[in-house]
Amino acid sequence: MGLFIAQVLTGLANAATLFLVASGLSLIFGVTRIVNFAHGSFYMLGAFVGYSLMQVLPGAIGFWSSVLLSGLIVGLIGVIVEVLVLRPVYKAPELFQLVATFGVILVIQDLALLVWGAEDVLGPRAPGLKGVVRILGEPVPLYDLALIAMTPFVLFALWYLITRTRIGVLVRAATQDREMVAALGVNQSWLFTGVFFLGAALAGLGGAIQLPKGGADLLMDFNILAAIFVVVVIGGMGSLPGAYIAAVLISVLNVFGVSYIPQSTLVLMFVVMAVVLTIRPYGLLGREEVAGEHGQVGEPERPIKPASVRTRWIVAALLLLLLALPLAGSHFLVILATDIIIFCLFAASLHFLLGLGGLVSFGHAAYFGGGAYVAALLVSQANAPMELAFLLAPVGAGMAAVIIGWLCLRLTGVYFAMLTLALAQLLWSLVFQWDEFTGGDDGIVDIWPSAWLSDANTYFVFTVIVGVGGIILLRHIAHSPFGYALRASRDSQRQAEATGIHTKRVQWMAFSLAGALAGVAGALFVFSKGSVFPNELEIAKSFDGLIVVFLGGVKTLSGGVVGAASFELVKDYLTRFEYWRLALGLLIIVVVILAPYGIVGSLRRVYERFTTKSVVPS
Amino acid sequence: MLELTGVNSFYGKAHILRDLSFSIGAGEVVSLLGRNGAGKTTTVKSIMQLVKPASGTIEFDGHQLTRLPTHKVAKLGLGYVPEERRIFTDLTISENLEVGRQPSRPGLFAWTEDVLFELFPNLGERRNNRGKALSGGEQQMLSIARTLMGNPRLLLLDEPSEGIAPVIVEQMAKTILKLKSEGLPVLLSEQNLHFARLVSDRAVIIEGGLKKFDGTFAELESQPEIRDAYLSI
Repeated sequence: MGLFIAQVLTGLANAATLFLVASGLSLIFGVTRIVNFAHGSFYMLGAFVGYSLMQVLPGAIGFWSSVLLSGLIVGLIGVIVEVLVLRPVYKAPELFQLVATFGVILVIQDLALLVWGAEDVLGPRAPGLKGVVRILGEPVPLYDLALIAMTPFVLFALWYLITRTRIGVLVRAATQDREMVAALGVNQSWLFTGVFFLGAALAGLGGAIQLPKGGADLLMDFNILAAIFVVVVIGGMGSLPGAYIAAVLISVLNVFGVSYIPQSTLVLMFVVMAVVLTIRPYGLLGREEVAGEHGQVGEPERPIKPASVRTRWIVAALLLLLLALPLAGSHFLVILATDIIIFCLFAASLHFLLGLGGLVSFGHAAYFGGGAYVAALLVSQANAPMELAFLLAPVGAGMAAVIIGWLCLRLTGVYFAMLTLALAQLLWSLVFQWDEFTGGDDGIVDIWPSAWLSDANTYFVFTVIVGVGGIILLRHIAHSPFGYALRASRDSQRQAEATGIHTKRVQWMAFSLAGALAGVAGALFVFSKGSVFPNELEIAKSFDGLIVVFLGGVKTLSGGVVGAASFELVKDYLTRFEYWRLALGLLIIVVVILAPYGIVGSLRRVYERFTTKSVVPS
Repeated sequence: MLELTGVNSFYGKAHILRDLSFSIGAGEVVSLLGRNGAGKTTTVKSIMQLVKPASGTIEFDGHQLTRLPTHKVAKLGLGYVPEERRIFTDLTISENLEVGRQPSRPGLFAWTEDVLFELFPNLGERRNNRGKALSGGEQQMLSIARTLMGNPRLLLLDEPSEGIAPVIVEQMAKTILKLKSEGLPVLLSEQNLHFARLVSDRAVIIEGGLKKFDGTFAELESQPEIRDAYLSI
């Protein structure tokens, strides 16, 4: 009994951090509609800043001032990010801003490396709260009790701010209809900045108060990201009490998971989420979120058209040139080109889902990595020949997409996105923790193609045929009746239904197809590298896909491919430098600000401005 | 007080307002009439800078509105009541009014929650109900009340009688006349000629974004061909 209570208390103490960070994320999303991927980075900064302050400020007062100051400083960093990076792109198409926040992640990672170094930092223990109390014989740290006591006050203060003050009323009104709030005389840019300050400050506080329990390291940003998304989704988007309950639920279950089924710790949280969302699709205390209810109408979609005959000839000529690449005799170039084509197919499959289907998946790496793992496992566990493994990889990835798609498509908008992310993480944690079967962190190695493909040049030609074939197939489908139905379902679900389109089924099929093609890319990948590791299934991989699709241009047909190719090339060049993340992050931010319609979309606008005569009012 | 000169507005590539010019004097209630798609809503949104005019000027009390952000237009004293009402359905009636609240203007009547609840007793009775619990007419009342909380110096009403029961329309007319008697100028975009004539001094008729008529209702009476050509009755 004593142990049980001690474990519950540990869980409750861990919930403090999770709640603080998650409520900040929820708040920022609620008002600005920005999914702030950089929220984990604010949390990490809070920990590092807190650590540095605690070195300087002595005693209990110093400790708690450091915590508060960390929140304040990170809040101000949030303001800088909002003003410099996000303000210029608020008008860009929905979700484009998340690319900018991804650039911020990279920049903060390298800045933290520069300032605090690569070593993990051990947090100081809180002065005056270093001891333990015995509860039914079990030791419970005093600091844990302090955290447990504190969190409800934070919850109450936030709740009071949101429900009982003018600022809270304005924030809630802006969550619903920003334009109307502006039309009533409220300067919403300051409201946004204020909310960003508060959200970032909460993340910073969360990072600082967990120092005595966890310290600080450079992986904290991504490590907490999935967890806070899960908390926000389980609790219900925008519900503070919901976030608290979810944080407690996840943390307590996690403590028990560690003690009783240690292999399952990573999986557990996603299982809980799947169960909650099956019973309550919008979270414990959330309410239904209808796409488009926030008055974000934006520009109408431009119709897409098949490539003209001339373009086709140009593309065919370029392809021939590409196939001739091995003649240049550079092994390095061939390998790089192989990587790029594989990444392009992955991006094109995500772009199909995002651009044509309007289905924003945050977890598309699951099918890429899934395909790679299916192929690798068939070879390593079942001794399957490469050809069979290659054919079954997309089937496996497609099956995963069928199941995950079925679960996720019951939701829409950001709930859909979050659920795809969580289920992708579920797959990742399965692979990561099921050592005996998947090799865990060590991955699966020695997976090479059959003899007839073993030469790098031959494999390159094979990659071009399969990869480009996949991309052309996707484009072809975009112009097929199925493509029309998919786009109709994206633009107006109701009208599409009324014309007899089973929108959910169309979207489900598209989701599965995109998954299968990502699986093809994964199979190409595994045989080109000879190995696969869990990071091919990771959030970071999914984000890479999202970044290139948005950077290329969601609303253009070639956006995914163009984005992927330029991103891989630039990344290949930049990674030779020590602080390449900083450079890449800044580059992403600059591109986002300069080309808010993506590379292809923005270039087309410039082109159109020069070719069509400016419209003179008659 | 408000003067539009040669305003051209686009929605995407569609040219909606074409060299539109008209003005509203102090204390005047002007009706902006025209069929569906004539450009009434775009006119109101252009004044609020919710649609940015491509050319032309909009002057309010000596201030140039074009290229001002919307919230500054509102702060100058333009009170906008949108066609779709756009009340905050998750907020209570009192909270909706709070969003609209702006400091009172020296020398002008200061609206308060209590005064508005007197004017719209229905709202007062349900002040702690959420916006989504209101009927269409009540939502319209709330939308007007919310804008009045900003102590506007000129009111822009976009089709307030649309989709509302006749009894409520009558109440609305009384409200507008009351505001008029307080000296508050109003631009009323309307399709309902009867309602417009009841409350306003002057009519501006637009069709396809072009001004077709600008004059008193008496003048409009004497030119029935204009009414028949541009207003479907």
